Amino acid sequence: MSSESVIREPLITGGKTVHDVTEDISRRVEEKPTKLWMLAMTISLGLLAIGAYTVFLLLWEGIGMWGLNKTVGWAWDITNFVWWVGIGHAGTLISAILLLFRQRWRMSINRAAEAMTIFAVICALQFPILHTGRPWLAIYWMFPLPNTFGSLWVNFNSPLLWDVFAISTYFLVSLIFWYIGLIPDFATIRDRAKNKISKSIYGALSFGWDGAAKTWSRYETVALVLAGLATPLVLSVHTIVSMDFATSVIPGWHTTIFPPYFVAGAIFSGFAMVLTLMIVTRKVYKLEDYITIQHLEMMNIVIIITGSIVGVAYLTELFIAWYSGVEAEQYAFLNRATGPYWWAYAAMMTCNVVSPQLFWFKKIRTNIAATFVLSIVVNIGMWFERFVIIVTSLHRDFLPSSWAMFYPTFVDVGVYVFTFGLFFTCFFLFAKFFPVINMAEVKSIIKTTGEKAK
Amino acid sequence: MSNTKFILGVYEDEDILLSAITNIRTAGVKIHEVYSPFPVHGIDDVLGYKRSKLSIVAFLFGVLGTSLALTMQIGMMGVDWPMIIGGKDFIPYPSFVPVIFELTVLLAAYGMCFTFFIVSDLKPWAKPRIFDLRITDDKHVMAIDLDQNKIDVAKIDQILKDNGASEVNKKTFDEA
Repeated sequence: MSSESVIREPLITGGKTVHDVTEDISRRVEEKPTKLWMLAMTISLGLLAIGAYTVFLLLWEGIGMWGLNKTVGWAWDITNFVWWVGIGHAGTLISAILLLFRQRWRMSINRAAEAMTIFAVICALQFPILHTGRPWLAIYWMFPLPNTFGSLWVNFNSPLLWDVFAISTYFLVSLIFWYIGLIPDFATIRDRAKNKISKSIYGALSFGWDGAAKTWSRYETVALVLAGLATPLVLSVHTIVSMDFATSVIPGWHTTIFPPYFVAGAIFSGFAMVLTLMIVTRKVYKLEDYITIQHLEMMNIVIIITGSIVGVAYLTELFIAWYSGVEAEQYAFLNRATGPYWWAYAAMMTCNVVSPQLFWFKKIRTNIAATFVLSIVVNIGMWFERFVIIVTSLHRDFLPSSWAMFYPTFVDVGVYVFTFGLFFTCFFLFAKFFPVINMAEVKSIIKTTGEKAK
Repeated sequence: MSNTKFILGVYEDEDILLSAITNIRTAGVKIHEVYSPFPVHGIDDVLGYKRSKLSIVAFLFGVLGTSLALTMQIGMMGVDWPMIIGGKDFIPYPSFVPVIFELTVLLAAYGMCFTFFIVSDLKPWAKPRIFDLRITDDKHVMAIDLDQNKIDVAKIDQILKDNGASEVNKKTFDEA
């Protein structure tokens, strides 16, 4: 028998029973698509279509359609890539690290957060694939596959190749982690299904799950070991992404602080995106009893911590640039803060360092509207962080004669829009056809932390 | 064609279920399996199940991943086509660490998950025996196989009811 201190706030409110959990979550999968959902889906598909046109132009005409020049050879493409990968850090962090720490508030949000992770990583992958210009050949440029050049292999000294392995492993492991969690819930929907088609579809998706104690016992071992494997994996992914920069010799990039600083930034932006999506989902699906103010507050606390780590990292970078005595390094940071891109630097500082500090006030971190606005502000800030790191470090290179500015073209913008369309199309499909909350896990805590148990 | 007959005890609460399992097993009734909508803590102990060995499987697949990554990188960079890159060794071990780590995690995770699917007979085309549709909703069902028990049906019925079962049902599966 397990019990929990009465002082703790219930995680699931509204006096829900185990059967209520099934009803509340499955109903969303079984009902006909609402008008609101149709509208949201139309907008997402519209964005996807507009974006797809620019992707077509990019592939037809070539990478010259982007605003890159001889000096700034990396700009929006990799900014967007790092931004999306960063967002993709929250899901597996919630399901893996918080599982190891036995944080039960994760159970109401892990399913949607993991889905968001997977879709964000898919969006991120578009950029390295598209930037090759000829994606149909990219498979053997990126992976060590035998080819007709000898075989000429990929270079394992390159952090870009480590990135290929890190991101694809992260994607695959997050996917199976998410899917294994979905199997028991698909079985619930299968057993409730009224018509033959959904019975056979959810029957196939549930892999013949029967809820046997032996299978549950194995399932729990699998979840625990996967969490143990995914925990270092989450931390490794953004570490390796940061090495794309840190292992180079560009002033402003060549810093050993990058791995922890990038990982904190990734968790920061990922939680912000989870908040943005969950606040809308809980409102539309009326899940206020499952995703309570307490859940939002917990996520806001994670945002304060990671936001502060990011702030300290910014200041450390400035201090070390000055303290190192390396003129090129000092100039890179002076130029970031006061050069032609000062506005991007100011936006980054305001959104990432100042705005999350507002969450120290309990009134603000338990206010839904304020949380929603700040979660978007954080993601704008994190986009600017990557833009600042990438573009300001490149645009004034070693020869003053080649100094340049970067101006995005409509194709730069269009490809970004494409990934937004892709992300929201995937997310809305998920929200309609998959159970958005992990029913089996929430059921297992109803008796100890539901409102009736208190 | 053989028929498998089961007697099913339906339970509402996991704590009543746990004590019921202990009592029923001491009464000498063999339990075929217990089906639950969510993982019940401590159920493997009272049913006498051993700890799953899947973590060992994960470790072994992890070792396979490590050795595969090492062999691949040494073979490609050091043996098949050695190249001087930035004055580094042909076999630069520090550069191999990230790929070794990623492939270790990838193989450990997928090796373990697919072993789990195979040993638990989970596959898209599986036709599970569904004892009760409410198992995936809110009921715990204890299934007792009548062929494995020599005790009288009425007696099992009584034992289940005495131990807090809210319903006792019977179910027969026709199997080829």
